[in-house]
Amino acid sequence: MTTWMLRRLIQAAFVMLVMTVIVFIGVNVIGDPVEILISPEADQAERARAVAALGLDKPLWEQYWRFLSGALQGDLGRSFVFNEPALKLIAQRMPATLELAITAVLLSVIIGIPLGLYAGLKPNSIGGRIIMGGSILGFSLPTFWVGLMLIMVFAVQLGWLPSTGRGPTRELFGVHWSFLTWDGLRHMALPALNLALGNIALVLRLTRAGVRENLPMDYVKFARAKGISPNRVVFVHVLKNILIPIVTVVGLEIGGLIAFAVVTESVFAWPGMGKLIIDSINVLDRPVIVAYLMMIVLLFVVINLIVDLLYTVLDPRVRLETKE
Amino acid sequence: MSELTLDVQGLSTHFLTRGGVVKAVEDISFSVPRGRVLGLVGESGSGKSVTGFSVIGLVDPPGQIVRGKILFQGRDLTKLDERELRDLRGNRIAMIFQDPMMTLNPVLRIDTQMIETVLAHEKVPREAARQRARDALGMVGIPSPDERLVSYPHQFSGGMRQRVAIAIALLHRPDLIIADEPTTALDVTIQAQILAEVQKLAREVGTALIWITHDLSVIAGLADDIAVMYAGRIVESGSVSEVLDRPMHPYTHGLIGSVPSRNARGTRLRQIPGMTPSMLNLGPGCAFRARCARADAACAADPQQSTPVAGRTLRCFHPQLEVTA
Repeated sequence: MTTWMLRRLIQAAFVMLVMTVIVFIGVNVIGDPVEILISPEADQAERARAVAALGLDKPLWEQYWRFLSGALQGDLGRSFVFNEPALKLIAQRMPATLELAITAVLLSVIIGIPLGLYAGLKPNSIGGRIIMGGSILGFSLPTFWVGLMLIMVFAVQLGWLPSTGRGPTRELFGVHWSFLTWDGLRHMALPALNLALGNIALVLRLTRAGVRENLPMDYVKFARAKGISPNRVVFVHVLKNILIPIVTVVGLEIGGLIAFAVVTESVFAWPGMGKLIIDSINVLDRPVIVAYLMMIVLLFVVINLIVDLLYTVLDPRVRLETKE
Repeated sequence: MSELTLDVQGLSTHFLTRGGVVKAVEDISFSVPRGRVLGLVGESGSGKSVTGFSVIGLVDPPGQIVRGKILFQGRDLTKLDERELRDLRGNRIAMIFQDPMMTLNPVLRIDTQMIETVLAHEKVPREAARQRARDALGMVGIPSPDERLVSYPHQFSGGMRQRVAIAIALLHRPDLIIADEPTTALDVTIQAQILAEVQKLAREVGTALIWITHDLSVIAGLADDIAVMYAGRIVESGSVSEVLDRPMHPYTHGLIGSVPSRNARGTRLRQIPGMTPSMLNLGPGCAFRARCARADAACAADPQQSTPVAGRTLRCFHPQLEVTA
């Protein structure tokens, strides 16, 4: 277990290192931030001064080296635009995105698994067919359009829920969260649902497929032959078996939701990281882009680690050992 | 004969598929007295397993029992609702499955799977249930049961898993155990051990046993009575010694002849010509007639069940009465 952990951490560090190279070269290719940051009227001297101030006059390898040594000390550079540490900017926006993404994941599990179980247990019932049909819509309708429709129906027509912003927040562990106030929750409802929709469909279909696959298995019949209740057969015997693929997918999707909440955040004016990255790309604010991408990579690495650890809880056959 | 634990009368289980009706089990009758072992023999697809599942009420749709009575200690199981059946399953009637690698839930510990069986039928404290589970494991010859209780199925060998499955079946000292080819997937030495243990338990506890298999040698050593199934019907039944020594039905004859023996070394192995017929839309008449050397025009009609000798039944127009094997 310790060896396994150590090996995974070294792997993770290596992945991060490779990512820094790719990201660094990438942002240097997409455009010159000086053109955007400096006013067109600036003369040559001013221009040179600005370039020097941003450190853009150095060769690429030296810029990379400075970035890397800074990164090791927890400094991912200063934003060209806000003149603040990039990490701080991201950290300010992160809670909003995190709570949105996590709420969306909870929604997809809470709604997706029961619906999937129902559709799997009664595949030929009308309810089951409606669920499966609906899940196709969940997959294929574009997020932005669904977001707009949600606003139209629930905010504009019915007036039940607010359409934009985070609402009042409350502080917990020095961070502001929306989910701690009732009004904040109301603000979160629509964007979270919007973000969750694709995932609800995904979890639902996975659950249904798992149920269909597991029900004909001998262990289910044996469990029934033991005379235990049908509920126990489904919720203990079958569910625990199908949770393994669900955990994998949900785990990966958390990362995806955080990284790509961009569309939902834009539609609902949710002040999260997604909006920040879009703005930063528009003005080629390199340190913020790099810092954001690094955070996302870190996030994926951590989530994958947690998913692997969860496997050992769910599936006793998985042991985290490196075979010699 | 002592009292009957199970008395099946005219049972038919059909599968209503889109392609037509599959008469997996058609008009079969048999009984198992207390403490006796009935061997149910036949080729794959002859309806042995469906018979077993019919008794315990676990025929999967589209299969359903369409006719007949299953009298278990005088109660007709076909008349019971799901809830009443569930009270009997695992409690008074237990089942052991063919493939021990598949019957235990891979992600639940052995103790979980055993204790839930105890608690499903009796209100006892968890600790008492655990004690029962431990004793049952000891009874089927699993060493250090305390340690084994907290193991997962994948930590057991096939033989050990089957012992666990048998231990689960024995938890409530059932009156009837249906064993569906429980030793087929095991190697011969383990098979012998398990057979000996099951036989001992049946004697001691007075459990009636239905042993479903295609292995005649197992039946010869274990069972008291035998019922030979072919294409969903019992073609011949009687006591093991009677039927195996003096088979009357050409099919039983062929089955016995197909068992390789030391005496016939070097000669070609005997086999029954042809294949088992498709069960889909099986027409009238003796299902075996296409493979039978003795078949003639009479066999196009359904042979009725006869009683050639007391205690034996037969479905054949041309029984083989003299010993030729």
